[in-house]
Amino acid sequence: MVFKRLSRRLFAPVTAMLSIFFSSFAHAEYVLNMTKGVSTISNDIYDLHMLVMWICFVVGIIVFSVMAYSIMTHRKSKGAVASNFHESTTVEIIWTLVPLAILIAIAVPATATLLDLEDSSKSDVSIQVTGIQWKWRYKYLGEDVEFISSLSEENRDAVSASSPNSVEHYLRDVDKRIVVPVNKKIEFLFTSDDVIHAWWVPELAVKQDTVPGFINTSWAYIEKPGIYRGQCAELCGKDHGFMPIVVEAVTMPEYQKWLVAMRGEQAALAASSDKEWTQAELMAKGESVYKATCAACHGATGAGIPPVFPALAKSPVATGDVKGHINIVMNGKTGTAMQAFKTQLSDVDLAAVITFERNSFGNTVGDLVQPSTIKSLR
Amino acid sequence: MTTATTHEGDHHDHGPATGLMRWVTTTNHKDIGTLYLWLSFIMLLTGGAMAMVIRAELFQPGLQLVEPQFFNSMTTMHGLIMVFGAIMPAFVGLANWLIPMMIGAPDMALPRMNNWSFWILPFAFTMLASTLFMEGGGPAFGWTFYAPLSTTFAPDSTDFFIFAVHMMGISSVMGAINVIATILNMRAPGMTLMKMPLFVWTWLITAYLLIAVMPVLAGAVTMMLTDRHFGTSFFDAAGGGDPVMFQHVFWFFGHPEVYIMILPAFGIISAIIPTFARKPLFGYSSMVYASASIAILSFMVWAHHMFTVGMPVAGELYFMYATVMISVPTGVKIFNWVTTMWRGSMTFETPMLFAIGFVVMFTIGGFSGLMLGVAPVDTQYHDTYFVVAHFHYVLVTGALYSIIAAFYYWVPKWTGHMYDETLGKIHFWWSTIAVNVLFFPQHFLGLAGMPRRIPDYSVQFSEFNMISSLGGFAFGLAQVFFLYIVIKTIKGGEKATDIVWEGATGLEFEQLASPAPYHSFNTAPEIK
Repeated sequence: MVFKRLSRRLFAPVTAMLSIFFSSFAHAEYVLNMTKGVSTISNDIYDLHMLVMWICFVVGIIVFSVMAYSIMTHRKSKGAVASNFHESTTVEIIWTLVPLAILIAIAVPATATLLDLEDSSKSDVSIQVTGIQWKWRYKYLGEDVEFISSLSEENRDAVSASSPNSVEHYLRDVDKRIVVPVNKKIEFLFTSDDVIHAWWVPELAVKQDTVPGFINTSWAYIEKPGIYRGQCAELCGKDHGFMPIVVEAVTMPEYQKWLVAMRGEQAALAASSDKEWTQAELMAKGESVYKATCAACHGATGAGIPPVFPALAKSPVATGDVKGHINIVMNGKTGTAMQAFKTQLSDVDLAAVITFERNSFGNTVGDLVQPSTIKSLR
Repeated sequence: MTTATTHEGDHHDHGPATGLMRWVTTTNHKDIGTLYLWLSFIMLLTGGAMAMVIRAELFQPGLQLVEPQFFNSMTTMHGLIMVFGAIMPAFVGLANWLIPMMIGAPDMALPRMNNWSFWILPFAFTMLASTLFMEGGGPAFGWTFYAPLSTTFAPDSTDFFIFAVHMMGISSVMGAINVIATILNMRAPGMTLMKMPLFVWTWLITAYLLIAVMPVLAGAVTMMLTDRHFGTSFFDAAGGGDPVMFQHVFWFFGHPEVYIMILPAFGIISAIIPTFARKPLFGYSSMVYASASIAILSFMVWAHHMFTVGMPVAGELYFMYATVMISVPTGVKIFNWVTTMWRGSMTFETPMLFAIGFVVMFTIGGFSGLMLGVAPVDTQYHDTYFVVAHFHYVLVTGALYSIIAAFYYWVPKWTGHMYDETLGKIHFWWSTIAVNVLFFPQHFLGLAGMPRRIPDYSVQFSEFNMISSLGGFAFGLAQVFFLYIVIKTIKGGEKATDIVWEGATGLEFEQLASPAPYHSFNTAPEIK
């Protein structure tokens, strides 16, 4: 009895840990296999994946069974006597030709799928996707819609608080989704502003590198409305793990409505740069722009990571002549990670973030930059 | 047979110098082999420690231990150290120890160059490791160092990385020249090419691969250097270059490099399985031809690492066909090993256990390799944990397992002591269970959509990452246990017989004492 109680006490923490471990499994949404996806090509790829995997399973089971049988029976401890055969041209030819035949059987459907995958002609919608450290720019060709999409703000907070469970789609949610129509052939044109990234959404079976100075294409024909999530798949620097992709597939009328709304939003934004902003407005706006765009390198407190990413607190640029400050933010600095943000941020965003940088982290320059100033410098 | 050794002993045997200078100035192939093997072990534990940092950070979602930039440095350095510091030097160490004894030569052909090619390495790796302590951190662009992340956007320490890679390359090329010169010129009379043990054959082929591709790597890093500092634009589209060309150059080195790390392993396994099956290797000549075919094919498949980079469809089709073709000669090897075991009289000492583990798990890595070779499906696998699982199955349970098997198989010949069989078996089972817990779930992670080289992940990947990390810690600990076994065996143990294993064949077992004398085969043996 004593023994039993003792052992119960001793093992209590262990069993508690185990039960936590296994209960987390019960709730888990983990997946074992590749997604079938929602596009025509993703289904073909899934079928091909299953075909090759089953071939591997069967070959594996045959080879490993022969091995296992041999290990069980042909052992010295069971009195097995070694035979001496060590050459057979017939056998060698057979096990060269049989795998060759299997490979041809794989190559035929693989070739068909590959040719299909690489044919992005006759598309209905064209979207240019530009990889930027560490966000994506989407441009709907011929639609006058263009925006930047990056990790959502609540996700950023969850990352800095190290609390992955506080948000619903940790590291897989963005501030602005890319919206596309279903049952239309969508062509993607990929390029990059800095290093190589890769745009990957598993459900669409689109994974394509974005190479600076070059354009790659891929396409998707989505058959089911829904929200599909992915992320960058090519190491692109510090925040490679933090540049998600969210695609929302909707019906054609909804897509049209969304385009109109986006155009309206962009027009309102352009109009707002003509208005006179107050210091408080600019500071508030600037802080959110800073968090989303600048903090990745220059740090939430402006301390940076010298010498690669300089500090902004007390920096000669952020406390010096405002023209120099505007210039570096708008045009970037060649040979460094400092990008030309005039292509990414609006007049208001730029004015706000520069004002914010000059009056935060202990910087007390006191001046403010109006969006109209930025507009005139474009 | 063993009487030949006493004849060796009569010779005016000048043994090794004493003290530290023995190791600094040595030109003896056995001493240099030992140096290489110890360097490789130190690097294995160093690279392993970095892997532990990676697995600890990935134990659960959220950033806990390290900054993303440092995490990237860890994956980069782990890869570089394991490839150039652990696996390659271990095979060179084995080549140094074994090739002269296997072909009946007194030493390597170029002993002073041999000394130099080793002693470059500690400096190269010290320099590489020192980058971690430099301002801006160490290289953080992956062991594949794709431009422009490794040129325009890289930390200053990258120049030290480039110089270290140059030094490693020089060392490898010198080692390879030495191996070729030894094998082609110093075989005992009667040791025709088709009588050589397969380890010698596979190393001969490997040495040619090294000479062919290490200069390509040197070219790639030199272009990086001039892009960084001297205004060239090899990999910069703004100046008329092409970032994708970097990948073509890198993988033209990188794919043969993969076979550099596995061909000697094929040789080791082809030595161990016949010994413990007490039956000659099945299909010796087809093994030689298969190794040569794999080596030749390895030059023609490099762009299968780049299926998502945006190649013309004709290129993708060609590289897909060529890639899956490699599974034919590789399959022949697996079938030959299984047939060698068939109707043998097997015993399962530690080297045999590791060899069987190699055959099974290398085959699993081969299957995932075949899957990755199918270009349209690679769209989904590429740069995910599926790839990580694949290459760790071929490099850890492939290359590393063969090195461990080789240690247990030949250490009685090197030291004159048997290792502790119980500890060896514990080491095998502990490692094998742990390594599968570590890497098998990574297949699932990759298929479910987890990219590689990320310091933090979405919560649906939590379970398998936790399992994988637990396996990782257990596997790491098992190799510290291996260190204990190694030291224990060197210090003492049951005296080994000259033949060591009942079924052993080859000059090193049949004609040399255990431990092998400091100078062996001063007179060439007769080969029947």
